[in-house]
Amino acid sequence: MSSEWTNPELIERYGIENPVMPYLRQDRLPHIWCPGCGIGTTVNCFTRALTESGLDLDQVAIVSGIGCTGRVAGYMNLDSFHTTHGRAIPFATGLKLANPKLKVVVYSGDGDLTAIGGNHFVHAARRNMDLMIVCVNNFTYGMTGGQVAPTTPIGPTQTTMPYGNFENPFNLPFLADACGAVYVARWTIFHVRQLAKAMKEGLAKKGFVFIEAMSPCPTLYSRRNRLGDGVDQVKYYKERSILRNGADTKEVGLAYQGDIIVGKFVDRERPTWMESMNEHLGRVLGDKYTPYGA
Amino acid sequence: MHADPKGVLTGVHFIDGDHAACEGALAAGCRFVAGYPITPSTEVVERFAARIPQVGGMFIQMEDEIASSIAILGGAWAGKKVMTVTSGPGLSLMMEHIGYAAITETPCVIVDVQRGGPSTGLPTLPAQADMMQVRWGSHGDYMPIALSPNSPQECFDLMIKAFNLAEVYRVPVFFMMDEVVGHMTERVAIPAASEIDVVERHFTTKKPGEYKVFGTNGSMVPEMTKAGDGHRIHVTGLTHDERGYPAMNPAAQDKLLRRLLDKVNNHNGELVDVRMDGVEGADVVVVSFGITSRVAAAAIESARRKGLKVGHLRLIICWPFPAKLIVELAGKVKSFVVPELNMGQMVLEVERAVAGRARVISVPHAGGTVHEPAVIESAIMEAAR
Ligand SMILES: Cc1ncc(C[n+]2csc(CCOP(=O)(O)OP(=O)(O)O)c2C)c(N)n1
Ligand code: SF4
Ligand SMILES: [Mg+2]
Repeated sequence: MSSEWTNPELIERYGIENPVMPYLRQDRLPHIWCPGCGIGTTVNCFTRALTESGLDLDQVAIVSGIGCTGRVAGYMNLDSFHTTHGRAIPFATGLKLANPKLKVVVYSGDGDLTAIGGNHFVHAARRNMDLMIVCVNNFTYGMTGGQVAPTTPIGPTQTTMPYGNFENPFNLPFLADACGAVYVARWTIFHVRQLAKAMKEGLAKKGFVFIEAMSPCPTLYSRRNRLGDGVDQVKYYKERSILRNGADTKEVGLAYQGDIIVGKFVDRERPTWMESMNEHLGRVLGDKYTPYGA
Repeated sequence: MHADPKGVLTGVHFIDGDHAACEGALAAGCRFVAGYPITPSTEVVERFAARIPQVGGMFIQMEDEIASSIAILGGAWAGKKVMTVTSGPGLSLMMEHIGYAAITETPCVIVDVQRGGPSTGLPTLPAQADMMQVRWGSHGDYMPIALSPNSPQECFDLMIKAFNLAEVYRVPVFFMMDEVVGHMTERVAIPAASEIDVVERHFTTKKPGEYKVFGTNGSMVPEMTKAGDGHRIHVTGLTHDERGYPAMNPAAQDKLLRRLLDKVNNHNGELVDVRMDGVEGADVVVVSFGITSRVAAAAIESARRKGLKVGHLRLIICWPFPAKLIVELAGKVKSFVVPELNMGQMVLEVERAVAGRARVISVPHAGGTVHEPAVIESAIMEAAR
């Protein structure tokens, strides 16, 4: 498909210079996200990462689950799959294993990936499936109106925690690390350069890559808890972020409006699931085995 | 097209239905299976896991059936012929992805080696009690295809048909075995690859920009593509237009749902597959499928020896149900007898088609074993009266 601007109305509105446009399905805009929502900012970073990755975009596929973040796949001008709630990772696993030449990115929300999809998340990390996971963490279920998520810190109210959340949240980088991810990073939407760079590194990396992108949901999470609008949240990210590359992921859990440890926490090498399979079957079966996807 | 010889184990084998079903899938060109172990279906994936590294393809045991049932859909959109295999509890977990396969028109085969239910039920014993679940189990309206083999040989032969139908209609195709058929060992003759007709996926030859992922151009079934072919497709489980873009309004819903149902229901007889024996001139017609058809055949023989005019109509394709055929017969016969290993499921379809113009006698069975032929025979006697 064309990598040029195609929609005259959008050229008018955004100007010809906007470098993001060629990566989007311009005939699907405007998008559904609220003013001040951080999801769009992460998409900006992703398009920058795609540009700099040098990948053939015909060979990049994006898979989302369901949620506000789940809509990202639908706006990207790539082979894109909007699957079911929580199941982006197993769909992406099928896509990748059936065509190993594809670069497969999973782009979804915190609830989608780690509540309903938590089981798939831990097993894909354990297997070191060659997937890049971008998790937009807004501490809530945006799409369904602000219910408690496995990432909601203790304290704030959510529609299904009307007196404030008392459940212990996941520390997502620690979870990904413990399950075997080869690359783990956390940035916020204040850190656009770093986030884009992490995505670029993730695209170049083989194996299970996990990138947490902290992002405001002004409409639900912020408003409910009187945290101001999107800009106020970005200010908070700016003021309270502490850069600690290589931090022990055990130590990077998030408290309500507390310090945010950001950085690249894990970057290591492990054979991917398919590399392990090819190596193992080659050894056991010898000549009878033709390496898969070679 | 002929089968790819790499997947075809030509020769005569003594194997059970589960193993034969796996060979059928390999012969049909299935090269991607994701599954999760469950009795009495596990042998299908065990054999596939052993065979596929030397045929060239992929098997992965996923973390559960929810994952298996969507991993195969990813596999299909990457261009492979795909299958998953399960039994009752696993089938229940797969339901959301049956609907996803239906609305995204993703060709796939789902093998259900039926056991007694509900819930964990009878893990090692037979039933035919998932017949309505595969028809109606996912939310919303859709129309799957379901086939029912009654022997290991048919597990091989009909599996090829199941894969071919999945490609032609682009719907989830259910392969409705049961514990007895899955575990009985019989002679299975596998022909030469050149004697096996397989339908290859109809990939578009249209260029990016010309191709619409759900465009039909007058036909009922869109041409397919795969990720990586440059078409930059969008596929969603939301109601969508021909470009695959979400279109959430009553008109788009009406257009899409009608086509999804009509592409199967308006099949002009191509999806009627029954075996008829002595139906012409019969007073009583026994309607059966799967393992129960073999028990019914014995009961029918015995009733015929007593001078009764009994016909046998065996459903090979259960869904879509051959209602037209039953309507025609309803005007000619006195009664229908419907034995099945459930408490009365497919008999509801027979009753619906007969609409009071003949008697319909249900011969239910809670499962765990097959019917006593004498029970079916006495229902036939009753029906002939
Ligand atoms: C099986 C199923 N259960 C529930 C839902 C309803 N649902 C849609 S999105 C969502 C949560 C989304 O939260 P998250 O993944 O954090 O995404 P966000 O909207 O915050 O980006 C839920 C519960 C669904 N679509 N499917
Ligand atoms: S509800 Fe929240 S997460 Fe969803 S688009 Fe609006 S701001 Fe973003
Ligand atoms: Mg969220």
